[in-house]
Amino acid sequence: MTSFPLLSLLVFLPIASALALFLFPAGSRRAIRWFALAVSAASLALSAAAYLAYDLPAGGYQLEEYLEWIPRWGIGYHVGVNGISLPLVLLTGIVMFTGVLISRGIDERPREFFAFLFLLAGGVFGVFVSLDLFLLFFFYEIAVFPMYLLIALWGWPKTREYAAMKLTLYLFLGSMVALIGALVLVFSTTPATFDLIRLEAAGFPADLQRTVFPFVFLGFAVLGGLFPFHNWSPDGHVAAPTAVSMFHAGVLMKLGAFAALRVGILLLPEGARFHMPWILILALVNVLYGAFIAMVQTDFKYVIGFSSVSHMGLVMLGFATLNSDGLLGASLQMFSHGVMTALFFAVVGMVYDRTHTREISALGGLARKMPLAALAFIVGALASMGMPGFSGFVAEFPVFLGVWQTRPAAAVAAAVGIVVTAAYILLVVRRVFFGAMSAEHDRIVSGIRVKDSIALILLMCILIGMGVYPAWIATLAESGVQSVMRVLGN
Amino acid sequence: MTEFFSHHLLSLILWTPALAAALLFLLPDRGRILKVFAVGASLIPLGLTMAVWVGYDGAQAGFQFAERAPWYPAIGAEYFLAVDGLSIPLILLTAVLTPVALLAAAGVREKVRAFLALFLLLETGILGVFLSLDLLLFFIFWEVSLVPMYFLIQSWGGEKRDGAALKFLLYTMGASLGLLLAIQVIRIAAGSFDLTVLAERWPALRMGSLGGVQIPTLKFLTFWGMAVAFLVKLPVWPFHTWLPDAHTEAPTAGSMILAGVLLKMGGYGLIRLLLPLFPAEAARFSPLLAALAAAAIVLGALAAWSQNDFKRLVAYSSVAHMGFVVLGVAAGASLGADTAAGSLALRGASLQMFTHGLSAAGMFLLVGALYDRAHTRNLEELGGLFRRAPLYGGILTFTAMASLGLPGLAGFVSELMVILGSFAAFPLAVAAAAVGLFFTGAYILKAVGRVLHGALPDRWKDAPLEIGIRERLAVAPLMILMLVTGLWPEWILEMIGTAIR
Amino acid sequence: MPLLPELLLFLLALLILGLDLILPERRRVLLGWLAAFGSAAILLLALTAADGSGGWAAATLRVDSLASFFRALFLLGAAVAALMSIDGREVGRRGEYYALLLFSMLGLCLMASASDLVMMALAIEMATLPLYVLAGFLRGDSRSTEAGLKYFLFGATASAVMWYGFSLIYGFTGQTDLAAAAIALKQAGLPVLLTAALPVLAGLAFKVSAVPFHFWAPDVYEGAPTPVAAFLSTAVKAAGFAVLLRVLLAVFPPATASYWGALVSVMAAATMTLGNLLAMVQKNAKRMLAYSSIAHAGYALIGLVTLNPDGLAATAFYLLAYLPANLAAFSVVALVSNAAGGDDLAALAGLSRRSPFAAIALLAALLSLAGMPPFAGFAAKWFLFASAVEARLAWLAVVGAANSVIALYYYLSVLKIAFLSPAGGEPAPLPFPAAVRIALGACAAAVLILGVWISPWFEAALAAVRPLFSG
Repeated sequence: MTSFPLLSLLVFLPIASALALFLFPAGSRRAIRWFALAVSAASLALSAAAYLAYDLPAGGYQLEEYLEWIPRWGIGYHVGVNGISLPLVLLTGIVMFTGVLISRGIDERPREFFAFLFLLAGGVFGVFVSLDLFLLFFFYEIAVFPMYLLIALWGWPKTREYAAMKLTLYLFLGSMVALIGALVLVFSTTPATFDLIRLEAAGFPADLQRTVFPFVFLGFAVLGGLFPFHNWSPDGHVAAPTAVSMFHAGVLMKLGAFAALRVGILLLPEGARFHMPWILILALVNVLYGAFIAMVQTDFKYVIGFSSVSHMGLVMLGFATLNSDGLLGASLQMFSHGVMTALFFAVVGMVYDRTHTREISALGGLARKMPLAALAFIVGALASMGMPGFSGFVAEFPVFLGVWQTRPAAAVAAAVGIVVTAAYILLVVRRVFFGAMSAEHDRIVSGIRVKDSIALILLMCILIGMGVYPAWIATLAESGVQSVMRVLGN
Repeated sequence: MTEFFSHHLLSLILWTPALAAALLFLLPDRGRILKVFAVGASLIPLGLTMAVWVGYDGAQAGFQFAERAPWYPAIGAEYFLAVDGLSIPLILLTAVLTPVALLAAAGVREKVRAFLALFLLLETGILGVFLSLDLLLFFIFWEVSLVPMYFLIQSWGGEKRDGAALKFLLYTMGASLGLLLAIQVIRIAAGSFDLTVLAERWPALRMGSLGGVQIPTLKFLTFWGMAVAFLVKLPVWPFHTWLPDAHTEAPTAGSMILAGVLLKMGGYGLIRLLLPLFPAEAARFSPLLAALAAAAIVLGALAAWSQNDFKRLVAYSSVAHMGFVVLGVAAGASLGADTAAGSLALRGASLQMFTHGLSAAGMFLLVGALYDRAHTRNLEELGGLFRRAPLYGGILTFTAMASLGLPGLAGFVSELMVILGSFAAFPLAVAAAAVGLFFTGAYILKAVGRVLHGALPDRWKDAPLEIGIRERLAVAPLMILMLVTGLWPEWILEMIGTAIR
Repeated sequence: MPLLPELLLFLLALLILGLDLILPERRRVLLGWLAAFGSAAILLLALTAADGSGGWAAATLRVDSLASFFRALFLLGAAVAALMSIDGREVGRRGEYYALLLFSMLGLCLMASASDLVMMALAIEMATLPLYVLAGFLRGDSRSTEAGLKYFLFGATASAVMWYGFSLIYGFTGQTDLAAAAIALKQAGLPVLLTAALPVLAGLAFKVSAVPFHFWAPDVYEGAPTPVAAFLSTAVKAAGFAVLLRVLLAVFPPATASYWGALVSVMAAATMTLGNLLAMVQKNAKRMLAYSSIAHAGYALIGLVTLNPDGLAATAFYLLAYLPANLAAFSVVALVSNAAGGDDLAALAGLSRRSPFAAIALLAALLSLAGMPPFAGFAAKWFLFASAVEARLAWLAVVGAANSVIALYYYLSVLKIAFLSPAGGEPAPLPFPAAVRIALGACAAAVLILGVWISPWFEAALAAVRPLFSG
């Protein structure tokens, strides 16, 4: 146990700040924005501190804190991080910071906007650090209703209410399904406990595992965007305001995948092994279907939305291999894609703010007016197609290694997905950033702000840094994967 | 301090261009300053390479100047650089051509900083391919070198650059997909990315299976996966269709590097990776490779002959010349590197890479110089320029002869070695190559004749077409090397010979 | 003295009636404050005076931990209802209104502690007769009159049915005392037990508005004055549960448990589903809340079916969580409808601009009802589902979970209206009287606190149901 409650601070700082925001008078926009920036910077600092505080040689769960909460039911406030959750914690800090940086354009009720955004962030942090099943769901669902309000109130007016409701209900339904499965697990242990570490060690009977696994895994995988339950994602992405899209695709989808791993695979290894064949197929469908659909989109944001579905497919594919290479790749892909998609949506948002259109056919030549944004998008594009030297390659390579060991044919099929990704993303880059710019846009499009630049540069550096020197994050992820393999290996 | 330098020589060579590219952004945005800095910076790798050349101990077998550091330990990939007699000449070629090309690139006026930065990054990418002995690292640099070239063509290229750039990128990326998959399979089956280890382990692997697929099948698939990647890069017929457009639409400096060095990556890959890892398969399929090579030589030459666009003509000539490389490799694979003929063929192929690099770069430079002044590449519009630009004419003739393979100039030695070495294995292919050589002469003479001799069209009567000082400075080293290599090839053959005995 | 709170209630009611005669018209709001703070004071007294276990038993009453627990709930409900009423147009200044409320509450307290069939019947009548009047209190409003009449007719019928059941029990056992009857019923045969149980169950189901005896609720809630509807939906429902707990567990022997257990579980499933489905399509705020209350009764019934302490405690905790949430929801509805003059959901539009405080309170209330963290409803639902799974009744949990999704849909829709839709131009300021502020603040705080600081309250609920098992 550590004496300084770093993780609790990490989780509750955003939540407390959300409440504190309501003390600001509604009109004091500048103060609100600076406060929000300060809080998000603090969160980033805290998540980085947690990252650095982790003792790599020791491995396992660290920075643990425990408080008795509802002893009657075996529920405790138990938090900790390991090699798999820690990168995601850092990711959340990064996305939160960059998201706030680029939210300068939120003019309507910024106070409520940032309050709900911080509640969302707090919930997400909470899920990543939870080591108690009840606590996990507690934070998981704290993240749900802010999503609804953020999209319904500040989203794209044309579809925001529909998309927000669809997204919320889908996710909630998924969590309900997982909840039932989780409860069945809890009460199969004696004495009944919600503590994840104890549940991991519990060792459930094989047929129970096989029955419960689909519920738990699929319930969470809905949030991860697994086909065919991915439907909420593209509409949700498009309708949401920029910072929320960044959070949504960058972090929230990872939440689902992570929970599917933490609660599904780790607690029910035998069930995982039994069901993996069809999960592998579904993940493969994600990769291919997402890529092909992205190719035919005419709306800039929809392209990115479907590309997220495709990339999350690679995460699920990595999970499906159940070997150390695939899991390592999945873990890295969650981080890499999180940063990459945050960057994408940030740029899309900047483009939309200036041109007021997202139709690819109407855009063009933007590199001249927004060179840094264009560069950032290109970096993101290269990462997204798995170009070596960027984080995407570093993440995708181990996934493929893992898939080869399970189903070689699937590796070849997934490779096709990569090629399609390269094709569509390059075409989009060319059409949107190069080529001719319409006279209308030439008049009205301005450059990007300093805060935007800082956000983009930070994200780019991570994508490149991870690609050039993967060890700084890969070794951490590897230690987390090893603990998973220990559970699976038996 | 010298300790550090001598132990990290290769890393310095590799990263100096990238560092220089980054530093470019700190300099003021004045074209002249940037260009001078870039050229100056690109001379550093050249100097260091010469140090490596001098320091290389020919008597010692294996790789030298090795540097190892953990890079991606989670999957077993290392930062592993080393050189031998095969890679040093190519590194030298790269280090020579980059400053030369940058000198030739003075005509670039727009977004100079981005251009130079991309160029330097490109150099790092290419050098990385030649320096890496870790398979994953090799692949990374292989792919990385594509991106700057894409942007160079896309943003500073000719009229049809959009399509050409995209075709270039997608074609070669698609081809390297096979390479990627092959590397993945090899890694899993043999457990390492280290080429020195794999060279022993992988060929020895005969039994077993991976995910239900038997090893022999896997070897077949991975062989072709790799081979296609390299063959597209070279390019050999029929995978060459990306080349004419890319070369033609690229800016001058880009074409020089593209033809001069980038294509050699394919040849290097064949010799460095394909042959050691797949001796049996290579031998088995060498007749096919030889046939493709022969087709490339003949058809490339024929296509060049039919061109009216000067630059496109030179582009097709690259196809033909690289065909010799493939022929030599095929013969080496078939006969075995330990036989006299096989060794000769392989050494010829390696030398051909070097010599063609020089002559192709030279030709593109000259075409570019002419275009900058005449604003046309159409052979039918040009003519009789010898009178207006005698120095240019002399240089062009010299370079063209080297390209043609005139004895006394570099191209002759390499092509002769390939022919002599391959004759034992593939006499038919050699015969076809000879036919190709005939047509080579035809198109070279046609080009030179059309440009320099004959009637001088009125529009050029008073035009300033003479080659400038800068370009003369740029082409001079190339000419010297072509001459020296032609008269005394031993200086480089000795180096190559240490790797291929 | 264990019955001190009840005595004080009685006196308070009399005091209010007396003061009503003395005070001039414009000062009569004081009566409302008196009722509210009086109830709160009695609540505090009851909490501190409660001696936890054991309890006091006289001939017909047992003030054990179950009774104390529910008494606290009723007192809270009455206090809030009184605060809500203070600024009501017609009801605020009527002393008899508050007196009736207090008398009804007295009846509820007696219901919770009744240990004798006759006492129980009397207590139920004492509780509901004032409510019939209160439902129809708005003399000028025909819907209120209709509500009152409907409530009376259906209520009376339900009571009659229940008394019939009680009389059967007496007939079979010769006892009116519940404990004694229980002993006697142990020897009875199954047909006897079922015949006695069904009418009782039916009557009680009416009280808690479970399917198929729910149909009175929407009309009555819609027509009655909003504070009364709030009180009905919370405190009265809780009282019904209290009786249900005592009667079903303490009276009927375990052997019959499986039969009526199956029955109640089907009832629970049907109630949840019907309530939620019908709430989805409502346009009137009070009707929507009425159907949602019906659904919540269904959830609470889940715990009942499990028959173990955890499950029953879960039900009790659920009621504890549900009370402040529902009261807050009704408060906000009252606030808005007083200003707008109508009960439509659309009147909520632009609430977040008109009064952020009210909007946040509504958010807390509805999200708690939906079962969202960090509010009390989350833990409450979890405990219910957990106890169902623990008792091998996972299917009930599944139905509950599915219903939660439906419920979330309409709660979010309401929140959307409140937060999103601008109130057609410049939003009119919302008259927000101090009394309602206090009520809303207390309820919202309760909902949040209960959601995070859970253990002591759940322990209290557990202690509350323990007497049902010790006999």
